Amino acid sequence: MTGIPENFIRSNLQGIPFVGPEIILTGAIIILLIVGVILPYWRYRRMFTVLALLGLIGSLLPLWKLPTPQPDLTYLSGLFVWDWLTFFFKLFFVVAGGFVILLTQGSSEIDNVEYSECTVLVLAVTMGMMLLVAATDLLMIFLAFETMGILSYLLVGMRAGDVRSGEAALKYVLYGAFTSGTMLFGFSLLFGLAGTTDLLEIGRQVVAASQNPQDKILLIVAVLFFLAGLLFKTASFPFHFWCPDVYEGAPTPITAFLSVGPKAAGFALFIRLFYPLFTTGGEGGMYEAVSGLDWPSILALVSALTMTLGNLAAIHQNNLKRLLAYSSIAHAGYLLMGIVALSDFGLRAVVFYLVVYLFMNLGAFAVVTLVASGGGSEEIDSYRGLGSRAPYLCVAMAVFLFSLIGLPPFAGFVGKVYLFAAVIYKKIYWLAVVAALNTVVSLYYYLRVVKAMFLERPTEASQVQVSLGSQALLLALLFPTLGLGIYWQPLAKVVSGMF
Amino acid sequence: MSYSLPSFLIVSSLLFCLGMFTVLTRRNAIGVLMGIELILNGAGLNFVAFSRFLEPTQTANLLSGQVFTLFIIAIAAAEVAVALAIVLVLYSQMKTIDVEDFKDLRG
Repeated sequence: MTGIPENFIRSNLQGIPFVGPEIILTGAIIILLIVGVILPYWRYRRMFTVLALLGLIGSLLPLWKLPTPQPDLTYLSGLFVWDWLTFFFKLFFVVAGGFVILLTQGSSEIDNVEYSECTVLVLAVTMGMMLLVAATDLLMIFLAFETMGILSYLLVGMRAGDVRSGEAALKYVLYGAFTSGTMLFGFSLLFGLAGTTDLLEIGRQVVAASQNPQDKILLIVAVLFFLAGLLFKTASFPFHFWCPDVYEGAPTPITAFLSVGPKAAGFALFIRLFYPLFTTGGEGGMYEAVSGLDWPSILALVSALTMTLGNLAAIHQNNLKRLLAYSSIAHAGYLLMGIVALSDFGLRAVVFYLVVYLFMNLGAFAVVTLVASGGGSEEIDSYRGLGSRAPYLCVAMAVFLFSLIGLPPFAGFVGKVYLFAAVIYKKIYWLAVVAALNTVVSLYYYLRVVKAMFLERPTEASQVQVSLGSQALLLALLFPTLGLGIYWQPLAKVVSGMF
Repeated sequence: MSYSLPSFLIVSSLLFCLGMFTVLTRRNAIGVLMGIELILNGAGLNFVAFSRFLEPTQTANLLSGQVFTLFIIAIAAAEVAVALAIVLVLYSQMKTIDVEDFKDLRG
């Protein structure tokens, strides 16, 4: 044991309980793989659901045993930090993963043959996202980012027999590998600047380096390269091209997962990377960009372009999955407003909106899945008069869409108020005006779906059958979408404790 | 003859630019993948060069650059394995790997 200091070993052993959730999730993945090999997996669809859900719930158990999160509590040689952001997002991703597994269980798009692999991949992506939010080291961020990325390429290409699924996967893997490679090159430049991969230490060096004109150019290039990776994952302009194609080609439950999971992870990474590295201050909850690096202005522009492009392109869509893809691009634009605001208030708004968005967007995709499984298609035409054929589904869909627009009294309204307040507080009025105009534009295409469902004549008379379990799932998504619109203070309180 | 940090940085920047150019101009999916590989290797070369030539200071942990490169190689292999699998499945159905031939998803 020469050469390895004893306190190094001890501190790493003490860090192991902190990765408990990931260890349990890995265990669940291995069990699922073994069960999938030894049992005739195509017969026991429900068993895989139960096992996967048990794994997800089990991964939450260590969370309550661990000490109270603190901003400077790092573990495993400073690779991870145990703060409220980590704690909260681990919970967030488990909820997202759980809903997606339940959604996949009821979907007819994924065959029994593929189902066991699908649960394994969903759990593995969840684990990647959990590692990503906790990581405070460039190496760990890269590894977690790629774990999440590579496995989600596979998820998109799940239905290998379908050319559309394969095409979506190809586009996703090519764009994804390209942007993450670019981000990696940015990492290597920062490593050259600071000589370390630890984010906090790099942050200190960046402040010093921004005084030096030569280093400043390097910093600007690094920021631009970082943006490539992050804007890709959050599906923002100018890296949004993949989004509609991938969302349309992927199986609907997987689309739902991509639109909330990796997107939320992208925003968490924004908070993790840009705030320690490229801001100073933090007193009184306000930050300032490192002098000479005006990334907030770039991001404000990106935010405005993202929401405008997303909303304008959504107007012409006749496929509901594509429409929701453009809507998710627009929402990335709204969420970027909170990042641009450079304040704790803005970050709280982002996290609050991500939670709301999780429920309402999963809900909208859940309805699309159920309608497709009940014999309909994803085209808006097949939603004509659906209000009389499947009243429960359509009322739920209307609630989710109204919430996505941001109408009171639904949760989306409260989330949007926080985001608007954050940019207005920072006095970026033009962005608030653009966002308000965009909300008006978005009314049109969301209401088109609502109109088709309730005001047009049905083309068929038969009722759409929805199983009891799926109805319960929808109720579980409806409850927070409605509840958080009326009684949001508890969540606001939790979120305000985070920053 | 001795090599210094700038010569390595020039090579890695060239690798990155060539990779970028390949990705943006190639229509063949495998070609695009090769471009991505060049970008990743450019980053890897950067890490190794920095960890070899930077002055050790109190806060620097230069060895992590070498470790980083090992991980980049492994991740690149995983990424290519997944991408090639997808390309192979598509080829068996469409008999082409030209990116512009995949036009089923349009809105």
